[in-house]
Amino acid sequence: MKKFLLYTFLIFTAFLTLLPFIWMLSASLMNDGHASVYPPRFLPDATTFIQYKRLFTRLNLSRNFFNSLFLSITVTIVSLLFNSLAGFAFAKYKFAGRDKLFNILLSTMIIPAQVTMLPLFLMLKSFGLINTYFAIIIPGMANVFGIFLIRQYVMSIPDSLIEAARIEGASEFQIYRKIILPLATPILVTLAIFSFLGTWNDFLWPLISLTDNSMYTLPVALANLMGEHTQDPELMMAGSVITILPVLIIFLALQKYYIKGIMMGSVKG
Amino acid sequence: MTKTGKYIFSILVIIFLTACTNKKNNKIVIKFWGMGVEGEAVSRLIPEFERQNPTIKVEVQMIPWTAAQEKLISAYASDNLPDIFQLGNTWIPQFVALDAIQNLNPKVKFSKNISSLNYFKGIWETNLIGKAVYGIPWYIDTRVLFYRKDILKKAGYDKPPQNWTELIDVSKKIKTLYKNEDKYAIYLPTNDWSIFVIFGLQAGASLLKDNNSYGNFSSRKFKRAFSYLMKFYYNKLAPVGFSEVNNVYQAMAQGYFAMYISGPWNVKEMKEWMKGKLKNEWMTSPLPAPDSAGIGLSLPGGSSLVINKKTKYSKESWKFVEFLSSPKMQLEIYKLTNDLPALKKAWKDSIFTNNKYMKAFYEQLGYTKPLPKITEWEQIAFSKIQQYAEYAARRKMTIDEALKHLDADVNKILEKRRWLLKNAKDYKLR
Amino acid sequence: MKLKNSTTSAAYIFLTPALSAIFIFFFIPVLAAFIMSFTDFDIYSLSDFGRARFIGFDNYLQLFNDPLFWKALANTFYYVLIAGPLSIFVSLSAALLLNDKLLKFKSIFRLTYFMPVVTTLVAVAIVWRFIYHPKFGILNYLLGFFGIGNIDWLGDPHYALPAIILMSVWKNFGYNMIIFIAGLQNIPEYLYEAATLDGANKWQQFKNITLPMLAPTTLFITIITMIGFFQVFAEPYIMTQGGPLDSTLSIVLYMYREGFRWWNMGYSAAIAFVLFLIILIATIIQFKIQKKSAML
Repeated sequence: MKKFLLYTFLIFTAFLTLLPFIWMLSASLMNDGHASVYPPRFLPDATTFIQYKRLFTRLNLSRNFFNSLFLSITVTIVSLLFNSLAGFAFAKYKFAGRDKLFNILLSTMIIPAQVTMLPLFLMLKSFGLINTYFAIIIPGMANVFGIFLIRQYVMSIPDSLIEAARIEGASEFQIYRKIILPLATPILVTLAIFSFLGTWNDFLWPLISLTDNSMYTLPVALANLMGEHTQDPELMMAGSVITILPVLIIFLALQKYYIKGIMMGSVKG
Repeated sequence: MTKTGKYIFSILVIIFLTACTNKKNNKIVIKFWGMGVEGEAVSRLIPEFERQNPTIKVEVQMIPWTAAQEKLISAYASDNLPDIFQLGNTWIPQFVALDAIQNLNPKVKFSKNISSLNYFKGIWETNLIGKAVYGIPWYIDTRVLFYRKDILKKAGYDKPPQNWTELIDVSKKIKTLYKNEDKYAIYLPTNDWSIFVIFGLQAGASLLKDNNSYGNFSSRKFKRAFSYLMKFYYNKLAPVGFSEVNNVYQAMAQGYFAMYISGPWNVKEMKEWMKGKLKNEWMTSPLPAPDSAGIGLSLPGGSSLVINKKTKYSKESWKFVEFLSSPKMQLEIYKLTNDLPALKKAWKDSIFTNNKYMKAFYEQLGYTKPLPKITEWEQIAFSKIQQYAEYAARRKMTIDEALKHLDADVNKILEKRRWLLKNAKDYKLR
Repeated sequence: MKLKNSTTSAAYIFLTPALSAIFIFFFIPVLAAFIMSFTDFDIYSLSDFGRARFIGFDNYLQLFNDPLFWKALANTFYYVLIAGPLSIFVSLSAALLLNDKLLKFKSIFRLTYFMPVVTTLVAVAIVWRFIYHPKFGILNYLLGFFGIGNIDWLGDPHYALPAIILMSVWKNFGYNMIIFIAGLQNIPEYLYEAATLDGANKWQQFKNITLPMLAPTTLFITIITMIGFFQVFAEPYIMTQGGPLDSTLSIVLYMYREGFRWWNMGYSAAIAFVLFLIILIATIIQFKIQKKSAML
C-alpha cells in the first residue's frame, strides 16, 4: 500500500512536470486560434504542421536555428580547447604562483557576468564585432568553471604516465594530445554538453550583442517573435518546440555524462 | 582529420561566414527596417519597387514595436543601422542628437514628389529640428474617441461627449446602468502615457519648462488634467488594471467598457469584432475639448522614413522613400495595415471619403500639438509618466505626491541636457 | 620530481589562450564597469565619449534614493528568499523519495524531473505565459476543478511574482535534486544500520544523520541557487516585462533597462556592482552560518 502511494505520487509529479511540455507540443500542432478556447484543449482536434511551416518559410527561423547550432558548436570546441589546455597546465605543472593564480581565478566565479556586459558591449563595438558571430564566441572562449572541472579530473591521472611519455621523448603538446585528452574524454564530454547547452540557452548577452534578425540565436528570435505574436499561442508553441527539442535530444542521449558532471561540480564547489 | 585540424577548420568556417554577407549578384542592396505590421506590409510593396529599379534590391527586416527603441539604438551603437528605416516621429529628436540620421533638406529641395505642402502641418513639424527636416512622414495617426452608440444612448447621450464635463457625466451615467457588475464606462490604461499627455495638452499645460530642461508636471494646468483623469479610476468609471483586458475589441464588444481613446489601427479590428447586432453601434469622434464644446487637442503621431547618416546608398535609399511617398503607395499601405496616409492627397480617395469612421481622424488631425522634441522624451513618457500614473490610479500615491515625484524624476533625467545646453557648443537640440 | 625549464614554459604556453581570454574579456570589463559606475556615461556619450563626466558616488547615491531600485531589490530578495528555499525543499523531497533502494524505474523518474532544467528558459517562459493565461490557460482550468476562481496570474501585482517563482521552481528543482542524490549516496550505510540498532526511528535518522551529513551539499546548493535567483532576468522579461506595477522587476531587468533601453550606462554599471556586492555578502554569510553550525 505504501509502495502504491509512493508510485502514484511519483507518477503524478512526473506528469505535472511534463504537462507544460505536453501542452506545448499539442498546441504547436493546432490551427490558428485553437489553443485560445475555453475549456482548453489538451489534444489538437486536427493535427497540422502549418505553424512549423510558417516558422520555417515566412518567418525564416531556419536561419536562427543555424545560428544557434553553429555558435553552440563553435563555442563548445573553442572553449574545450582553451579550458583543457589551461586545466592540464594547472593540474600537472609546477610553476611559480600556480596555486595563488588558480585561487584568484576560482574566486572570480562569484562575479556575476552582468557586471561585464556594459563594457564588453562597448569594447566589442569598438572592434566592430557587435552583431557578428564573434560577439558570442569571444566571451565564451574560456571559463573558470571549465578549467576547474578539467583540472580536478586531470589531477587524478597518474604522473607516472606523463613521466613515461617524457622519457620516451614525447613533447609536452604530444603528452596533452596523446595522453591527457584521451584519458580525460569523460570530463570533456560533460563539459561539451554544459557548454553547448549554455550557449544554446543563453539569452541576455545575445539579446544585447546581436542586432539583426539574421544573426539572432533561437531564444532571441523567439522573444522577438513573441513581441508580435502575443495572440498566437500555436505559433509560439511551435517556436518553443523547435528551440527546446535539440537540447532535449542531446540531453537524453548524453544524460549519463551530464548528470555525472553536475555531481562532480558539486563535490568541491 | 585530426582534432587540431578540426579546430582550425571551424575557425576558417567562421571567418568565411562572417565575410560573405551583402554580396548579391552586383545589385545594390539597401536594408530597410520596419516595425510590426508595417514591416510586414512593406515586403509586399517591394516587388513593385524592384521592378521599377532593377539595380536595387531591398532587404526588409521586421522588428517588434515593443523592443524597437532598444534595437534601433543598439544597432546605432554598433554601427549596424540599416540604410533606411521607419522611426516613430517622437523618436526623431533622439536620433538627431545621436547624429544618426540625415538632414533631408537638400533632398526634399530637389524632389519631384515630396514637399512639405503635401502633408498635414502638425505632422510635418514633428519631423523638424530647427529648420531641418529629418524624416518624411510615412503614415500618421492621432487618437480619437471610440464609443458604443447604444450604451451612450442608454445613458442619455445621443451624441458623443463634447467636453470634459460631458465625458465624466456620461461615464457616471453608464456606470449606474451596471450597478454592481464588473463593467466600466471608459478604458484609460495607465500603461499608455499618451492619454495623460493628451489631457495635459488639452488643459493648456506645457509639459516641460525652461527650454525643455525641467519637468513642469506639477503646474496647475497639468494637475487639473491629471486630477480629472484620476476621478475616472477613483469612481470606478475606468478599470485600474490593464491586464484584465486581453483584447480591447472583444472587451468593447462585450460592453466591458463603452469608450476608449486610441488610434486608427483599431478601426479594422473593431469592424471584425463588432458584428451582427453591434455592427452599427459603434463610432469614432474627435476628442472632447476641456471647456466649451469643440475639438480637444490630440497628438500628431505616426511614423516617418529616415535615412541612416552613414549609409553608402543615400541616393538609392531616397528613391525608396520617394517610392513609398507616392499617393499610390500611400493608399496601398493603408489597405495593408490600415495606417492613415501622411499625404493629404491620398485622403481624397473614395476609400476615405466613403468611410464614416475616418471623418473623426481627418478632423482631429487639424487639432494636434507636437510633443517636446528632446532625446529624453521617450524615457520620460514610457518610464516615468506611466509609472506615476499607475501609482496614482492605484492610490499608492496622492495626486500631488505623484506629480511631485514625476517632476523630480524628470529633472534628474534632464540634468545631462541642462549640462549639455550650458557646455556643449555643438549640442543640436536647443 | 624536478621539472625542466622547457616544461614550465610549456605550462605558460598552455595557459596563455585561456588566461588571456579571461583577462581581456572578463577582468578588464569588470574593471571598466567599476570605473564606469562613477561616470554618467549615457546615450550622448555613445556618439562622443567626451560627453561622459566623472561624478564620483552620484550614481550610488541616486540608487539609494531611487524607489524603483528598491522595488527591484525587494522583488529580487522576495524571489531569492521564497523561490530558493522552496526549490531546495522540493529538490530534497524528490531526492529522498528517489533514494529509496527498492524503488523501480528510478532513473526514469530522475530523468523526467530533470528535463525542465536543460530546456531553454526563454521557450519555457513563453509556454508558461500561455499556461498562466487568465481565460484560456490550463492552470486556471485545472484549478477550476478545485473551485478556485479565475486568477489573472501575470496581470495581478499580487500573483505575478509568485507565478514566476512557481515556474522557476518547476524549472530548477531537478538540478538540485541530482546534487542531493549524490550527497545522499555519499552517506555511509553503516550509520543508518547503527542507528536502527539503537532504536532510532526514520525521522530521528533523518534529523540526526541525513541532514548533518548533507550539510556541505546543502551549503553548495544554497549558494548556487541563490546566485542563480539573484540574476533572474529572462522570466520577467518574457512574461511580464517587469510589471504589473513593477511587481516583477528584478535587479538584472532593471539594469538591462537602464543600460540597454535608456542607455544610462553609468547608472546601469552601478546597479551591476551593487548586485555583485549583494551576492558576495550573501555568500560570505552562508559560509559563516555553515561554519557556526558545524562547530555546534
